[in-house]
This record gives sequence, C-alpha cells and structure tokens, in this order.
Amino acid sequence: MPATHKAIHCASRSTRAMIAFLAAFVCHASARADAPLNYFLHADGPAATPTMRLGWALAALAVAVALIVSVLLVGAIIRKRPPPTKRDASHVQGEGGGMRWVWIGTGISSVALFVALAYVLVTLESVASPRKEPALTIAVTAYDWWWKIDYAGVTTANEIHIPVGEPVKIELRSADVIHAFWVPRLAGKTQTIPGVVNEQWIQADRAGVYRGQCSQFCGAQHAHMAFEVIAEPRAQFDAWYAAQARPHAADATASAGQRLFLDRCAGCHAVRGSDANGTQAPDLTHLNSRRLIAAGTLPNTESNQLDWIRHAQRIKPDSLMPSIALTAAEAAALSAYLRTLQ
Amino acid sequence: MSDFAEALPERARLPIGSPGERSGGWWGCLTLVATEAALFGYLIFSYLYLASQTTQHWPPEGMPKLGLGIANTCILLSSSVFVWASERFVRRGKRGMGVLMLAIALALGAIFVGIQLKEWADHPYGLTTHLYGSLYFTITGFHMMHVLVGLVVLAFLLLWTALGYFDRARSAALTIGGLYWHFVDVVWLFIFATLYLSPYVLAK
Amino acid sequence: MTEHATSPPPLQRTLAIGRIEPGSAEERKLRETWETPPGWRGWLSTVDHKSIGLRYLLTAFAFLIAGGIEALIMRVQLARPDSTLLTPEQYNQLFTMHGVTMIFLYALPVLSGFSNYLWPLILGARDMAFPRLNALSYWIFLFAGLFLYASFPFGEAPNAGWFNYAPLAGLTYNTGPNIDVYALGMVLLGISTTVGSMNFVVTFLRMRAPGMSLDRVPVLVWGTLTASGGNLLAVPSVSLAFFLLWLDRRIGTHFFDVVNGGRALLWQHLFWIFAHPWVYAVVLPAMGIVSDALPVFCRRPLVGYLPVALSTVATMVIGFVVWIHHMFATGIPALALSFFGAASMVIAIPSAVATFAWIATIWTGRPVFRVPFLYFAGFVFLFVIGGLSGVLTAAVPFDWQLTDTYFVVAHLHYVLLGINVFPVIGGIYFWFPKFTGRMMSERIGRIGFWILFTGFNIAFFPMHIAGLLGMPRRIYTYAPDMGWNTVNMITSIGAFLFAFGVLIFMWDFVYSLRRGPVAGDNPWDAPTLEWATSSPPPPYNFAIAPRIASRHPLWEERISGKMRSRLDEGYILDKGREALGTTALDGDPDVILKMPEDSYAPFWLGVASLVFFSGLALTAWWLAALGLIGCGAAIVVWLWPRRELGQRDDTPEPHETGATP
Repeated sequence: MPATHKAIHCASRSTRAMIAFLAAFVCHASARADAPLNYFLHADGPAATPTMRLGWALAALAVAVALIVSVLLVGAIIRKRPPPTKRDASHVQGEGGGMRWVWIGTGISSVALFVALAYVLVTLESVASPRKEPALTIAVTAYDWWWKIDYAGVTTANEIHIPVGEPVKIELRSADVIHAFWVPRLAGKTQTIPGVVNEQWIQADRAGVYRGQCSQFCGAQHAHMAFEVIAEPRAQFDAWYAAQARPHAADATASAGQRLFLDRCAGCHAVRGSDANGTQAPDLTHLNSRRLIAAGTLPNTESNQLDWIRHAQRIKPDSLMPSIALTAAEAAALSAYLRTLQ
Repeated sequence: MSDFAEALPERARLPIGSPGERSGGWWGCLTLVATEAALFGYLIFSYLYLASQTTQHWPPEGMPKLGLGIANTCILLSSSVFVWASERFVRRGKRGMGVLMLAIALALGAIFVGIQLKEWADHPYGLTTHLYGSLYFTITGFHMMHVLVGLVVLAFLLLWTALGYFDRARSAALTIGGLYWHFVDVVWLFIFATLYLSPYVLAK
Repeated sequence: MTEHATSPPPLQRTLAIGRIEPGSAEERKLRETWETPPGWRGWLSTVDHKSIGLRYLLTAFAFLIAGGIEALIMRVQLARPDSTLLTPEQYNQLFTMHGVTMIFLYALPVLSGFSNYLWPLILGARDMAFPRLNALSYWIFLFAGLFLYASFPFGEAPNAGWFNYAPLAGLTYNTGPNIDVYALGMVLLGISTTVGSMNFVVTFLRMRAPGMSLDRVPVLVWGTLTASGGNLLAVPSVSLAFFLLWLDRRIGTHFFDVVNGGRALLWQHLFWIFAHPWVYAVVLPAMGIVSDALPVFCRRPLVGYLPVALSTVATMVIGFVVWIHHMFATGIPALALSFFGAASMVIAIPSAVATFAWIATIWTGRPVFRVPFLYFAGFVFLFVIGGLSGVLTAAVPFDWQLTDTYFVVAHLHYVLLGINVFPVIGGIYFWFPKFTGRMMSERIGRIGFWILFTGFNIAFFPMHIAGLLGMPRRIYTYAPDMGWNTVNMITSIGAFLFAFGVLIFMWDFVYSLRRGPVAGDNPWDAPTLEWATSSPPPPYNFAIAPRIASRHPLWEERISGKMRSRLDEGYILDKGREALGTTALDGDPDVILKMPEDSYAPFWLGVASLVFFSGLALTAWWLAALGLIGCGAAIVVWLWPRRELGQRDDTPEPHETGATP
C-alpha cells in the first residue's frame, strides 16, 4: 500500500512537472515563429486579440482547476487515516458525511463557470463584427483544394493582400464541398458552405505574412490547402492591387510556350488578357507575384513550378492537377512563358 | 419504504402472464411509439428547415389541395375508433363483434392507402423531380410504410381473434396492436398539418 | 415439457414465500428450466442475458482492437512530417473507420455488455424484460459491424470522416459503395441500439425486485436508463440522416443536393442532434460503473447518491440542447451561438456534482488499493481534464480557433478513453470474478494500469499543444516547418506505449481465464445484489425473488445493525421460466411474468435484416425483397401468441387432443 501511495504522489508531481514543461515548450517553440498557425500566443488584429486573451484566461482557469482537483484527489487517496484495527477488516461506514464536498465544490465551480461565461459572451460580442463598416470586401471561393480570391476587377488565387489597420470583409463561398477559411492570427474560422454565402471579417494591425489553412475536412488534399494573407501599408496595397488588375501583356518571345499553355493548361487555368480563360483552376495572370504555389505547398520558384507541372500527383496525390509529361524543350518553352506572368 | 420488505404479504395473489392492460409488451410498444414519434419529428423538422431556407417558390406546384387530404384524415382517424371498439368488445366476451370491428378498421385503413396512392399519382411531380417532391414523397412514404405494417398487424389481430385466442382475461395483443395503430393515426395529424396546412400559414 | 404446449397458465396464482436450498431437487429443476443447452444450437438460440452480455463485451473488444490498430497505423504516418507511408485515400479511410469503429462499434456496445449482464442481477431479477429482443440486439450489432467493415478489404472503406458531411459524402464527390455501406450499416446498427434501449427502459419499469424503489437502484442503472431514453429520442435523427443520404445517392432525391435547393447544413443538424446526446450515452453508464464500484474500494456507500442520480439525468437532458456547439463555425447568427454556448458550459455543472461526490467518497472512506480502484481514481483525473478542455471548446469565440484542430482531438480522447475505456477496464477487473469465477492478477493489473495511464497521457496531452499551435484535424501529413514535429513524435510514442498496456491487459485477461485464483461469491465484499449469487451466477440468477430494503443489501447488517433485506427467502417462481414483475415507482409485486424459452427467431431476424440491407447496398431490389419477407416471417413466428406465455386463452376442447393437461 505505501508503494502505491508513493506512486500516486509521484504521478501527481510528475503531472504538474509535465504541464510546466509543456507550457515552457510551447512558449519557446512559438517564440521562434516556428508555428505560423499558433493563435494561442500570437494575435495580430482586433478580430483575434480578445479571443487570445480569453484563451489565456480560460486556460489558466482550467490549469488551476485541474491542479486543485488533482491535489484533492491525491489528498483523498493518501491522507492519513487512523490505522486499521482487526475489527476494520469487514467494517463499512454508513451513508452520511461528505455532502459538504459536493455542495462547496459544485458551488465554487458554478460561480467560476458563470464568470467565465460572462467573459466569453463579452468577447463574442467584441469579435463578432468590426467597429466600423469594412471598406474593402474580398470574395473567397473555396475549391478542392485551392482558394479563389476575387476583388472588384482582380482575380487571383491562394494569396490575399489587405491594407494594414483596416477591417476587411470576407465573403465565403464554396464551389464544391464544405471547406473552412482560417487565418488564425487574424481571426477565427468560418465554414464555406456550397449554396450559402457566409461572412467574416479580418484585420491585421501589423504588416506581415499570415498563414491560413483550410480547416474542415474536404477530401484527399485537405492537408495541402493553405493560403497566405499579406498585410501591407495602404500605399503598397494600392500598388499591388493596380498591378493585379492589369491584364497580361502578350510577349512574342514566349509564343511557343504560350501555345503550349493554351493547349495543355487553358482548359482549367486563366490568364487575363490572353485566350486562356479556364475557370476550374487558379488564375495565373500574375503567377509570379505570389510567394507560394499549389495552395501553400511549395515556394514559388521556376524549378518548383516545373516540378509541380510534371509531378503534381506525386506532390499532391489525388489533387485535380494532373501530372503533365513535358519534354525538355517543352519544359523550357513553358517556363519561358510562365516567366512572363509577373 | 424501508419497512416494506418485512411488510410483504405472506401470500400474494398475482395475475400471471399478460392479462392486464400494462403488459410488458404494452410498455415496449410505448417505447417504440416514442422512438418512431421522434423519427417523424425529425422528418417534419427537415421539411420545415428546408422550407424556411428555400429561395424557390414554395410549394413549387402551388398550395396543396386540401379536400381529399381532409377526407382521408377522417377515414384514418375513424379506423382508430373501430380498433378501440374491437378491443372493448373482445374484453366483454363478444368475439364476433370484435372481429367485425377489426374488419371495418382494416377496410378503412385500406381505403386510406388507396386514396393516398391516388393522391400520389395525381401529383405532377415525383420523388426525384425537385426538393419538394423528395420531401413530400419521403414523409408520406414513411407514413405509408407504417400504415402498411399496421394493416398487417390488424390482419393478424383479426385472424387471432377469429381463432378465439382472446377473451375477457387475455387480450394484450389487441391492446398493443391497437396502441401502434392509434400512433400511426395520430402521427398522420402532424404530417397533415405540416405538409397540407403549414404552407397556408407560412405564406403570410 | 409437453404440458406447456396444451395448457395455458391459470389467470392467477398465489405466490408462496419460501427457500430453495442449493443442491436440492427444486434447485436442480430450476437450473434445468433456465439452462441453455450447450453446443452451437444453444449458442444460436440462447436468450440468457449473461451470455448475451459477455458476447457484447467480447465483440466490442474485438472492435476496440481493430480501431486501435487503425490508430497506430495513423500514428506511424503522423510521427514525422511529410511522411509517405500512407496515401491520402488510405489515411482518410483509416481515420474514418477508426472513428466509426470506436464510437459506434465499441463505445456503446461495451457498456451494453456490462448492462446486459449486470442489470437483472443488480435489480434482483431473473432476466431482462424482453429476452428474445435482447438476443436480437446483439445479432444485429454483430451483423451491422461486419456490414460496416464489408467494403474495407476492397479498399473501399468510408472515407469522409465518421461525421460524413454532405456534400463530400454525396454521389458527386464519392461515387463508390463506401458511403452506401456506411449509411445503410448505420441504419441497421440503429435498430440494434433502439431495441436494446427499449429493453432497458421496460426492464427498469417492470423487473426490479420487490422493495427496490427508485431511490434504491444502483447508479449504473440510472446511467444506462438515461442513455437508453436519450438513444430512443436521438438515434432516429442519425438513421434518418443516413437514410436520406442514401436516397440522395442511389434514388436521386435532393435533400442535400445544393444545386437543387437542398441544404448541406441539414446534414450537420440531423447528425449532431443525434451525435451529441450519443456522446453522453457512451459515458453515463460508465460513470455509473464508477459510482457503483468505487465505493466498494472506499468501504462506504457513495456520497450524494441522489445528486449523482439527478445529475446523470440532467446531463442527458441538457445534452439535447447543445448540438450547435459542433457547428459554431458554420455562420449561425450570434444570438443562437450565445444560447448554445451557454448551455454547453452549464452542462459541466452536473459533471462537477458527480466529480466531487467521487472525491468525497474517497476522502471520507478508506481506500483499498486494488487494481479496480486505480482505474477509477485515474478515471476521475482524466474526466476532469477532459471536462475542462470541453469548457474551453464551449467558449464560442475561442472555439472558432480551437475547432477542427488537435485540441478537440485531445478533448475527445480524454473524455472517451478517460470516461469510457478506463472505467470499462476497471469494471472488467471488478466483475471478472463474477463473470468467470476467477480473479485477475493484481500484479499484472498494476503494471498494466500504470503503462496505460502513462501512455495515454503521453499520447494525448501533447495534442492540446498541437491544437494550440494550429495543427488541423484530419490531415494525412504536415510540413516540417509548421512547429508540429516534436508534439507528433511524442504522441506517436505514447500511443505505442498505450497499445503495449492494452496488450498487457489482454494477456492478464486470457491468463486469468485459465489460471486465475478461484473467486468466491463476493471477493470484494461489495454491497449490491450481484454479489449475493455464485461466481458465475446460476442460469436463473436468483432461486427466489429477493426483497430489498436499501441500496446496499449486503452491507445492511454492518451499517444499520439489522439485515432487513431478505435474500435467501422470498417468493417462489418455479412453474417453468417465470419472473416477477413489479410496479414502476415503488417496486411492489404486480404480476407473474412468463418468460420465453430459447428461440432461433432473433438470429433469423438478424440474418434477414442483414440480407435486406445488403440488397439495398447492392441496389439488388430482389434481394432486399427477399430479406424483407424473411424479416416478416421471423417476426410473425416470434410474435405469434403463445399459450405458455399467457398471451392467448384458447384451451382446446377435450375430444380434440390426445394429451390431457
């Protein structure tokens, strides 16, 4: 019996140690910005910051309750009782006693719960909608397994730009199944439901790159359906927007590649200003203005682009982009054309 | 209550088997009624949810025609009266009347099925034509299944009563089967209200 | 025997009070009346709740192992980033089947197993209210489980998650037979759950021993009763949802067909209206196990029996109005979110009542450190952590971050393993002597517990961290620069440690079946009625109808100085298979129930149901029709009024038969 006492004692101490260790680990890991989706320690706008603070408060409450109850449980188990006599071998106690525990414990828990609930409702009210009406609305349509981004006059994919410090309304649609739009450091998530238009708002108070991720299971490549939100000062945003609005200018030197593109790619992809106007895949008009390709899967470099075109099914199996066989000459020509999509 | 154990009578004269009204099977059928009622509740919920969210004209083919539906409702409800009467006759020892009542109830139930099939055939839409069709035929179809099962139950009750299985003392099957049939009739009221009447109310 | 065939029982009888001594002629006759013949015939036709309960337990455990293997394969895949052990399709099938297996084929059936075995014994009854229905619920469970796994060997397991959202589960995005197998299998399984629930409810109302009023009923009974009532009202929702989905897929209706006015959210509502009450159905009976068994190891009755019983019911009732908390991120208006969020936090209060009752029982009692106690104490700890993480997910704006991340995976595993698996294993250690007549091993049990407890926490605690670091659920792999590498590796190691603990438990189980020390009637000196029978109990459970005067009959003398319950002297029921029916509230004797003999009808009805659903799955309407006819025939045979059960009263004329009554 004493061995079990000690074991339980050790277990509770090691539990507390474990919690402390993991808390330190989390801080360390995210301080190095190793976790781009970490919303527990980072919030960069008014749609996310109140929630983060609520999270700290609730987590602190949860840890406190867990510790207190563990101590009570362990205490109940190992507390000193008068040593058993011979009579005690078959002794059982009566019904009474102990009810005070139930009333006091439940009472304190209920009070804490209601206080927490009040804080929750206050936070909900403050993040559910922005202080002022957003000036900018972006339409996001979720596809298997990429994001179509529409501004007035601009269509792009997988990369959203917003001006710093302003609330932005996101209209959420789905082209196929249920997905969910989530950029953790800026806001909570909302499902995109086919047949319905949902809405949420985001705001970035600091310039930077914020990673987003689909967070509703949507099929084979749910794991590789990320996006980025880039917040930049107003002037830079306007410049980006103007550049995106420009259609592609034809370039005679890349005509071989362009023909190849029209043959093999234009069935799904679009390049505004050319004859390519496919609607089922990302708009590639300004492909090279983006940081990542394949919905956040690969950095956007020339060799990655070719790798993606030739081996899409290896990189992102079951995605709707086929692996396209290209001879060396075709690859060079296509690359040359893609280079013009600035 | 704590002294009850000693107070148990030395000799208790108890009924045997399922002679009374509250046989085990009756309670079991009651739980069946509860779960089936929940099922119809969810069907009705689905209808009201989809109707409240629709962007189409609802119902697409115009307001439901009430005449035949009301008549059919009366026919079905009256069949319940005959089932109830049959049980009372058998418990008074009047087996012949009991059989007759069951036969009438069975006939009324069959007429309900016939009229409903005619209503179904008269609709210009089917199960897969549009959302309303899917809802209408699925909900009335579920009910129709329950009515058909009920008719089979009534037929067996009629057979067993005619064979003389039941009398004053033993008639649990009639009570249980009757309970099921009453449920089928009452649930029709809810379906009728939802499918036939609610479009008029919600159109405002 | 032939006298049954020709003479119905009299309408009334005077019950005598007496004794039936073990080894006497009357006892032997009672044994013969209730015994199931050995061999495959007995196996297919038995209606003995003890056999059925054990079958449920073993079958549920087999599914637990299957689900566990599925999980381990996933954990190998997820241990490192960018792993290519599994293709996305394989991973999606594995995580779907893992959820389906654990939630539907293990979590409730294992508790049905305990309840089926124990209820008649702890209620002082001869059997459940509907013994044949009991057999049916097992057969359909087994067949539905096999049906759900039928397409897995062909690489066509369901792959849209256990929650199976439309339109991903619709025909456009999932053309194979996988979703049809899932949909129809769930409707079939729903039949098993429903008839099982009906049986528990009516048994509770009818079969309690004389004197067992509502406030003397063990908490396991409250837990299972509440779960059963909840299931009766909730299961139709999911059966309907799956049936409508099958109609959409194979018949062409439009319920979830977004293009034609259907709504994807209808699926979510119907599914979660069922699934939330379901999660309470799979934990409340297990909490009841702890509430009944923990006090045995504290040498005192449970503190706060009445609050605990009420909190059980309150949890289930509130559990029906929180389902939207699975849908906080679907764009529902804030007012509705506030209501459901508040209810989802308030539901923690009844759980607090139970938690403090358990702690108070330990504190004011005198703990006995045997293996079951370890599991029940460990359970309290895990319950609290799982409940707290639940409170965090109930906070609406925070849930907008937490939902669909590994934080929820951590929460659900703490509540499902903590509140179901740990009490179940503790319960096995506790009732193994009663089931088998042998004790399990204290030493191996202790080692197994600590490995399970440690492995569990190493596996699942880091998932809270992974979730807070933003790791989404249901992804088959992840990039190395997301910050999730370490937590995933730790989790995978913990998972294998936990699996090792399961192996140790299984080893102990098998070993103890043959070599465990022989147990007496009441090796734990426990207070409830099952311990008043032999280990294992005789086929008739109790030779006479015991009369109950308190919640803890076997401790009465020691607690109040006087034994008021009567356990070896009571009403004699020995004219064939008989049981005593009592009134619902007070447990007064009400009727002598004639119980059915062993029957093949439940087995055949189960087979016919399987044929029917197979026909639907294959869209072979002729096969479905055949199955339907088979079902009808089996039901008619089953329900045909029988003289010996007192269901009909047509004594034949004397000149018609040869034999005389």
